[in-house]
Amino acid sequence: MHRRAVLAGAAYLIFRGSRAHATTILDHLPWTPNAGNPPDPVTLGPWVYFTSDEGRTIEALADQIIPPDPETPGGKDAGCAVYLDRQLAGPYGRQEGLYVRPPFMKGMKNQGHQSEKGPAQEYREFLAAFDKASKLQFGGKPFFELQTEDQHRFLKDIEGEKVKLDGVDGKAFFAQIVKDMQMGFFADPLYGGNRDMVAWKMIGFPGARYNYLDWVGRHNEKFPLPPVGLTGRAEWNTRAQR
Amino acid sequence: MAKRLPKKDVVIIGLGWTGSIMANELTDEGLEVMAIERGPWRDSPTDFSPTYMQDELRYRIRHELFARPEQMTFTFRNKMDQTALPIRSWGAFMPPNGVGGGGVHWNGEMWRFLPSDFVLKTHLTQRYGTSFLPEDMTIQDWGITYDELEPFYDRFEYTCGTSGTAGNLRGQIMEGGNPFEGPRSRPYPTPAQPQPFSHTLFAKAARELGYKPFPQPSGNLSTAYTNPLGMKMGPCTYCGFCEWFGCANYSKASPQTTILPHLIRKDNFSARANSEVLRIEVDKTGKRATGVVFVDASGEEWEQPADLVILSAFSIFNVQLLLHSKIGKPYDPVANVGTVGRNYSHQTVSSVNGFFDPKKYNFNPFIGSGSIGMCVDEFNGDNFDHGPHGFVGGGYIGQVQTGARPIESTLVPPGTPSWGAEWKQTVKHYYLSTVKPGTGVHGGFYSYRDIYLDLDPTYKDRFGRSLMRITMDLKPNEIKQNKFLTDKFAEIIKTMGAEKIAPAYRTAPYDITTYQTTHINGGAVMGTDPNTSVVNRYLQSWDVSNLFVLGASAFPQNPGYNPTLTVGALAYWAADAIRTKYLQSPGRLVDG
Repeated sequence: MHRRAVLAGAAYLIFRGSRAHATTILDHLPWTPNAGNPPDPVTLGPWVYFTSDEGRTIEALADQIIPPDPETPGGKDAGCAVYLDRQLAGPYGRQEGLYVRPPFMKGMKNQGHQSEKGPAQEYREFLAAFDKASKLQFGGKPFFELQTEDQHRFLKDIEGEKVKLDGVDGKAFFAQIVKDMQMGFFADPLYGGNRDMVAWKMIGFPGARYNYLDWVGRHNEKFPLPPVGLTGRAEWNTRAQR
Repeated sequence: MAKRLPKKDVVIIGLGWTGSIMANELTDEGLEVMAIERGPWRDSPTDFSPTYMQDELRYRIRHELFARPEQMTFTFRNKMDQTALPIRSWGAFMPPNGVGGGGVHWNGEMWRFLPSDFVLKTHLTQRYGTSFLPEDMTIQDWGITYDELEPFYDRFEYTCGTSGTAGNLRGQIMEGGNPFEGPRSRPYPTPAQPQPFSHTLFAKAARELGYKPFPQPSGNLSTAYTNPLGMKMGPCTYCGFCEWFGCANYSKASPQTTILPHLIRKDNFSARANSEVLRIEVDKTGKRATGVVFVDASGEEWEQPADLVILSAFSIFNVQLLLHSKIGKPYDPVANVGTVGRNYSHQTVSSVNGFFDPKKYNFNPFIGSGSIGMCVDEFNGDNFDHGPHGFVGGGYIGQVQTGARPIESTLVPPGTPSWGAEWKQTVKHYYLSTVKPGTGVHGGFYSYRDIYLDLDPTYKDRFGRSLMRITMDLKPNEIKQNKFLTDKFAEIIKTMGAEKIAPAYRTAPYDITTYQTTHINGGAVMGTDPNTSVVNRYLQSWDVSNLFVLGASAFPQNPGYNPTLTVGALAYWAADAIRTKYLQSPGRLVDG
């Protein structure tokens, strides 16, 4: 907790009274054994941020953006919705560490995002407007209950600005969802997406390895080893099937 | 009221590359040195672990090792008549934070600038005439020559163990190196890194087109190396997680791997981490610094008195601290007076991605090091006749693909949908057969009258100080330069055998949201005239003679190379001036 907060740049707020002095570092490197800061893998289970309907919508979006095929699962089964749920529930969702002082003014696109709202709140507002638009167009049906062809066409219409969303820039936000889903698909599986490294297997990325010394000079040869994640491989962590 | 600490001989603001170099040199002189660092202490064994450093989401996408905008950010606009808005999340560049500074998470490119880069204004006007330069261009000579800096280039190369192939050894052009480089007194300390498949293919295509490709000089080492301070480094393992990441192998040159373990053992050195300097204090005359005021992790303020103040934070932070400390005259672009904030610059970067037939080409693109690459330098600086082209400046071009981390390296050719079944199949089809040079075209960025830094009238930082405001745009000269270089680069990628290419030119307006490089330079430039420079040729403040300002803030304009080797060499040069000149007779080293 302590160390994590230091890394988050918020150290000046949380140092305890006993450390409230200008600590001097001298004579030796100030590190202690086993003081690393490994990441926390997400745990499976119910939605942390999304409501149940929001979660179903995001899962349907995940399968539209990354559809299943005979060799590789789609975004839903790869865990991309779980990834996004945990990201929105965490520092990313709250735009932690970013500059959030007022005033908030609308600027040019090349001046960057200017909003008091973090991604978590923006997703909530998008999903509400998205749900409303779907129900309006499809006789009261939410997006996740539509036929997959209708879902696809509806997204194309949002992308092409044929369908406008209430109070939200649908085209821009959909581009953000595409980015987030694909990020979850290709990130390390410990974040919830890329389950069983399906995305890495699909493209041939060997994962969190650290040594290709023997391979740098082997040109145009296929690298033979399967991918490995930061927490190893699924078969290392589960009991062998009997 | 700040509590006063016991006086030191020297206080150093920022313990990155330049702070570490200066601290080591001045403690060798027997001085008591205190370094004050805003961010945390970070080290290879604790913070850069081979079991979890390969995390693209955490370190690249979420920027874990960098400064947080909530700590310190800037406002940005293109033109003087626009309202600048805060950079709320990093984009075009990524400022560092913590011990080691940018040296922790850089790629390790070790370029020397060209001899003509240091006398740019003189050189260009002699060759092309004054009227060839755009009217609003404010380039100038550095006040130092390549030959003067050469011993210090050499020094920093040997500190870092740099891997490369010499192109010009004491005036003799060497086969396989960069024939355009200035003469070097010694070969590189270690041989060039071996190159992956696509890089060698690039070199072959470049040779076919008549260029002289050479391996990019690298701070990721090809072999084990022990530097002059006794620091031992290991060979790079080509993990592909270099830039944005810390190195777990002691293979990437950084203050942590080359200087700090030696420095920290000295009795006359100490440091404070998580302590941010709020201002440099000056006496009533305004001509002498008395020390610094900093705030520690608990929010308490301290005064650290010192006889000599070294400002060695990241380039743009140096300029900001000068403005907050009211040292020097702030630049006014309308009246064209003042110097602090003048001649700010960045880089003009673009790239061309190549998509190859997967049946014929498997690049294993995930194998790479931060500064691996094959480059050509025919179009850098003034290595070619600019007369027919109507612009000045240039850059190196090269296949410098540093790994294929999957979030950012799953590309599709232009015209492919950005999502859905076709996107997925295309990503799968091309991942192993895509050439994605990081900064394929690494162009310079010359300085202009209305591209500058000053204090923002509206936005404040967490201490209530004004944010610094960046006014920055791309000018026709740089846009022409980039078009020319990108087309040359695309020709090589095509010659390699790409079935599809995707050139992406750099165009106006300058965009603060998309990454180029973190080479944001200038604003406290060096020179020979106090009316157009903040520091003299020894990086000594014209206004406050016991203050030296190190780093790329001293670049009067940005050449077409990565800055770090020159930043380190200038730190050794300034340290030498302090040791051999200033300490004998403290005061102005140059009459201005």
